[in-house]
Amino acid sequence: MTVNLVLFLILATVAVISALGMLLSRNTVYSALFLVLNFATVAVFYLLLGAPFIAITQVTVYAGAIMVLFIFVIMLLGADPLPEGNTLPWQKWLAVGLAVILAVEGTFLISTQKAAGIISSPAADAGNPKLIGQLLFSEYVLPFEATSILLLVAMVGAIVLTSRKKGEER
Amino acid sequence: MDAALFWEMVIKALILIFVLLTGFAYLTYYERRGLARIQSRVGPNRAGPAGLLQPVADAVKLIFKEEFTPAQAYKAVFILAPILTVVPAILITATVPWGGTLNIGGREVSLVIADINVGVIYIMSVASIAVYGVVLGGWASNNKYSMLGGMRASAQMVSYELALGLSFVGAVLLADTMNMGDLVKAQMEGGWLVLWQPVGAIVFFIATLAELNRAPFDMPEAEQELSAGYNVEYSGMKFALFFMAEYTKMISISAIIATLFLGGYDGPFVEQTPLLGPLYMFLKIFILLFFMIWIRASFPRLRYDRLMAFGWKILLPLSLVLVFITATGILLEMQWLIPVLSLVAGFIAVQSINLSLRRKANAR
Repeated sequence: MTVNLVLFLILATVAVISALGMLLSRNTVYSALFLVLNFATVAVFYLLLGAPFIAITQVTVYAGAIMVLFIFVIMLLGADPLPEGNTLPWQKWLAVGLAVILAVEGTFLISTQKAAGIISSPAADAGNPKLIGQLLFSEYVLPFEATSILLLVAMVGAIVLTSRKKGEER
Repeated sequence: MDAALFWEMVIKALILIFVLLTGFAYLTYYERRGLARIQSRVGPNRAGPAGLLQPVADAVKLIFKEEFTPAQAYKAVFILAPILTVVPAILITATVPWGGTLNIGGREVSLVIADINVGVIYIMSVASIAVYGVVLGGWASNNKYSMLGGMRASAQMVSYELALGLSFVGAVLLADTMNMGDLVKAQMEGGWLVLWQPVGAIVFFIATLAELNRAPFDMPEAEQELSAGYNVEYSGMKFALFFMAEYTKMISISAIIATLFLGGYDGPFVEQTPLLGPLYMFLKIFILLFFMIWIRASFPRLRYDRLMAFGWKILLPLSLVLVFITATGILLEMQWLIPVLSLVAGFIAVQSINLSLRRKANAR
């Protein structure tokens, strides 16, 4: 066994356990923390695949920014543990159905060896931030700008919804 | 990876951790003595010669203090929070170069632990993780005051992270690299970045003070008026860990400022004798730490709304303008434009603070 394989197995275990913990935990803050752990593990996966830039961006954006805001909102709204029992009775069956579809798809891809090719040969310069930046601002400039406009719209919307007119009561 | 490289890494990391932790202990002594000098007092001088054993005595006291966990606290997170604050404070120095390459017994040893090409973003990402310790510490105590303190502190840290990240961009643009080692080499050739982007360096310094919860931005630890904050319920060694994180981070961030803007290990004769590199680095850190202590002794604490207004209305626009000026200067190949225009922008920012304060004073 190579070092990478051992590392992968350990990380995979952590990733699966943290994902399960996130789903099964009754306390929303614990769920959020499990999700942070999961993001961090995925970041280490990217490192193993030779893409440090994406790994570090993953930590900065997801674990460092988005999840902090998530935890903020959870704490502001009160982090009471969820009550026992299911609120949506059909949800369980839908989840089982979707899981079966995913499992079948995964088995199909692995058995036809299409997924293996993607993982085993990462681009040699995937970790170079300069190349990523050049690609982002030349070939993918349209999706990049579209995303920024989308985020701007969300931001303006949030400001409009929360702002009050002058003299209005709190 | 061959075994020798692995052990080299481990030894370098251990040395760095040892230096940081000893540095933290003696930084508390340095700060207390420095503050005392500024306030014409004597400061700690009982334990050992000139009080040099004071940090040891403090450590012994804190270890043997009773540790108290509130009955209603979320135990696991309560214990996790101080650890989550200390670990990033030490990790953040991994990409800082402490010198060039040394030749030890025929082996080339570079004085940096992780020489990666995304070193600058690595610092950003580790700094953003540090918020968790504060937020979780406040929440896990299950106490309204510590919860509010945690929220206040993390809102401050998240807000000043924007100005911090944008001042990184100025340095990266000027040096044309995100590798910390190459950043220093670029400064050896083209002059220290503090000369090219003086206002950017000042904005960075202010933003790091807020990120460190240092005076005058020490709202999270406002013992006198706000009953401390996220760390109210902590005692003993766990409480000490929060302070350990703060002081370790002071050292790490001084190292980062020195690397980004003050030429890192650059100094006279450093290319002939690479051993001088770490020495220059320590000297620069020492001076920057003195600045932090000096600021603490000189400025009163900011009011919370002023603090947020300063971060969002002054520092963020200013650092955006600085990025724009830097990029324009490089694009037009007129490097001299950058320091001139950024000084003008900085002056406008200071004037706008001055005017708004005067308007408020007149309105009263």
